Amino acid sequence: MSVSLRVLDDGAWVSVNDAREVSVSELWRLDDPSFCGCELPDFVVENVLDVGADGRTVSAKVYGQCIACGHAGVPGWVPVGRLREGEFVDIDRERVVLPVRRGDDSE
Amino acid sequence: MPTDVERWKSEVYGNEIREHLLEFAEQGWDTIPEDERDAWFERFKWWGLYHQRNGQESYFMMRIGTPNGVLTPGQTEVVAEVADEYARGPAENPIFGNGYVDWTTRQSIQLHWIKLEDIPEIFEKLESVGLSTQQACGDSWRNIVGCPVAGKDKHEHVDALPVAMELNETFKGNDDHSNLPRKWKVSVTGCREGCGQGDINDLALEPATKEIDGEETRGFNIRIGGGLSRNEPRLARDIDVFVTPEQAAEVSGAISALFRENGDRDNRYNARIKFLMDEWGAEKFRNVLQEEFVDFELETAGEDLRSEYSYNSGYANGGHADHVGIHEQADGNYYVGLDVLVGRMGVDDTKELARVADEYGSGEVRVTQRQNVIITDVPEEKLDALQDEELLDHYSPDPHPFMRGSIACTGTEFCSLSIVETKNRQVRYARWLKENVELPAGVEDFHIHLSGCTASCAQPQIADISLRGMKTRKDGEPVEALDIGLGGGLGENPNFAEWVTQRVPVDEVPGAIKNLLANFEERREGDETFREFVARTDEEDLAELVEPEETSYEDPMMHNTKRTWYPYAEDDSMDASPAPTHGDGTPIASDD
Ligand code: HEM
Ligand code: SF4
Ligand SMILES: [Zn+2]
Repeated sequence: MSVSLRVLDDGAWVSVNDAREVSVSELWRLDDPSFCGCELPDFVVENVLDVGADGRTVSAKVYGQCIACGHAGVPGWVPVGRLREGEFVDIDRERVVLPVRRGDDSE
Repeated sequence: MPTDVERWKSEVYGNEIREHLLEFAEQGWDTIPEDERDAWFERFKWWGLYHQRNGQESYFMMRIGTPNGVLTPGQTEVVAEVADEYARGPAENPIFGNGYVDWTTRQSIQLHWIKLEDIPEIFEKLESVGLSTQQACGDSWRNIVGCPVAGKDKHEHVDALPVAMELNETFKGNDDHSNLPRKWKVSVTGCREGCGQGDINDLALEPATKEIDGEETRGFNIRIGGGLSRNEPRLARDIDVFVTPEQAAEVSGAISALFRENGDRDNRYNARIKFLMDEWGAEKFRNVLQEEFVDFELETAGEDLRSEYSYNSGYANGGHADHVGIHEQADGNYYVGLDVLVGRMGVDDTKELARVADEYGSGEVRVTQRQNVIITDVPEEKLDALQDEELLDHYSPDPHPFMRGSIACTGTEFCSLSIVETKNRQVRYARWLKENVELPAGVEDFHIHLSGCTASCAQPQIADISLRGMKTRKDGEPVEALDIGLGGGLGENPNFAEWVTQRVPVDEVPGAIKNLLANFEERREGDETFREFVARTDEEDLAELVEPEETSYEDPMMHNTKRTWYPYAEDDSMDASPAPTHGDGTPIASDD
């Protein structure tokens, strides 16, 4: 089943199969001390730059900043949801710690 | 690889979108095939329709382009009627009610809660008086901005209005220029005060004088590549070209063609012409323009008037910082600029505005880049009676500086990109500041601009106090916050604000402004303006002068307003959203 993944409205959100699934302004806990030095960066999403799927995991590249220390930038790929039979299944992004994958090799 | 958006544009774009739009309107929102929604919503922007944020599916923001901000007699009334009939949503705004008109920072009009099904009727009404939504959004020539009193102003250098109108005529619906790599914002200024704000537009025509064949010729210098968005603000750059009013359209078309051919269509983040200008520099830009896009010899730049610019400048050089107030026109009549707090006006007030403009002026209304409106052509003997109208109690020609200086964008109420609530917050801020803060003696202009994100629709970087949406934690809880910037302003030496204090919880911002102003008053030398004070103070010292603090100000919208379907709804949870809805507002069942 083909799934369409895209970033729309100038990076405001991730569209999965023409529905808005992930939006800027979310606050994520990232398991990525290398981003800014904070143990679990408290990261506000300001712009979505890219989206891709790796197997069943949908991940996004986003611009934003750690609100604990102010460091701004683009962490690695952050999982934002899963695909089940071509449907997007949300994860509770604001309540779990999200792993971050380095590299530009999604898709 | 071209982006999805470019692919969609190559299939259907420009004028032809209209027939599809009208057909979908006829059949209903839910007949747009599910796997084509992204594509159609992207295309609809070209006809001025922008899908509202999540939780508000099937509702649209509609932008009406009013070139140079001019609403000719009869148009304001129709805008009010359309807003009254079609811009009412499923929930009420606690300050503005339901049914209102937004006057925007690019001299346009925005309506919200528009249903696709109503588009045919809306278009018919708007077009019956010559109004249009064409190219109000999307990748093309946007609404052309300029000095809102062009053609009326006493101190005008050239009358820019015919030029702005010619550009509008030439490039609206023009197939050669309807599909550009990205939005194309144009400003035409003829006055001496810089109120066209050319510096923050993609293409700016600015008043200048050039000696041609021994004759002093009035026309425009050209600047390219300004804009505020995405943490990458740029001032438009001088490309050393002068055009006469007669050449303006031809050369502007050549520049738009240069952008069409050379802008980046592979990466929308890099597509605005400011990035091409970064890459090329002004000299190469001029050379390519001359060699490949224009077939006569371009004149070099003439002498400009930039040292006289006062609009949004933060300097007290005797010129106007805005258009509020009563001013004499060149023809002896007066224009009366009314302060519209954060640019939003209820439908009944908008109807009143139309009536009052008709009764006392020529019926014309003009929109400024400070979200205000102007009634033009008022004879002197009618000024007193006009000032007695109740409308002017609410939209004053002589407002308190905190009211007058407030600008706010759309924010989480409707906008996908937003991080914080904006318009209502700025109203609360302005009212609190007015009650609780004394401005230092003689300070009459003090601009506070609030944008909900880095797209900078409220032009925060050119205010005395720049506010931009962020988040922070307060007592461990995530709350809406603002970055505070200082030092911005246009004028002879335009400058963008530095973000000196970041992530201030929204309830501590009024206290921060109060303390900052007290610190300014204490350290002020003579009657320097706030911008002058900031300019001579170190950034580090400035950060210390901000001092965020809780005060009697209370903010009811500290929580994540983006997580709501509508921040002001009684039950604001996403699950309570009625959207998407049919044309009549009844929810579309999800298994429909
Ligand atoms: C539903 C979403 C949006 C709303 C309600 C909105 C609202 C506005 C308003 C009211 C203005 C001034 C009016 C005008 O252009 O005529 C404006 C201008 C602007 N908008 Fe938006 N906007 C939205 C989305 C966006 C997006 C997605 C961007 C992406 C970058 C953006 C960037 C800008 C910029 C940069 C300006 C003008 C500032 C400049 O001079 O550069 N807006 N917008
Ligand atoms: S500045 Fe950001 S939040 Fe405000 S209207 Fe523009 S895009 Fe939306
Ligand atoms: Zn950090």
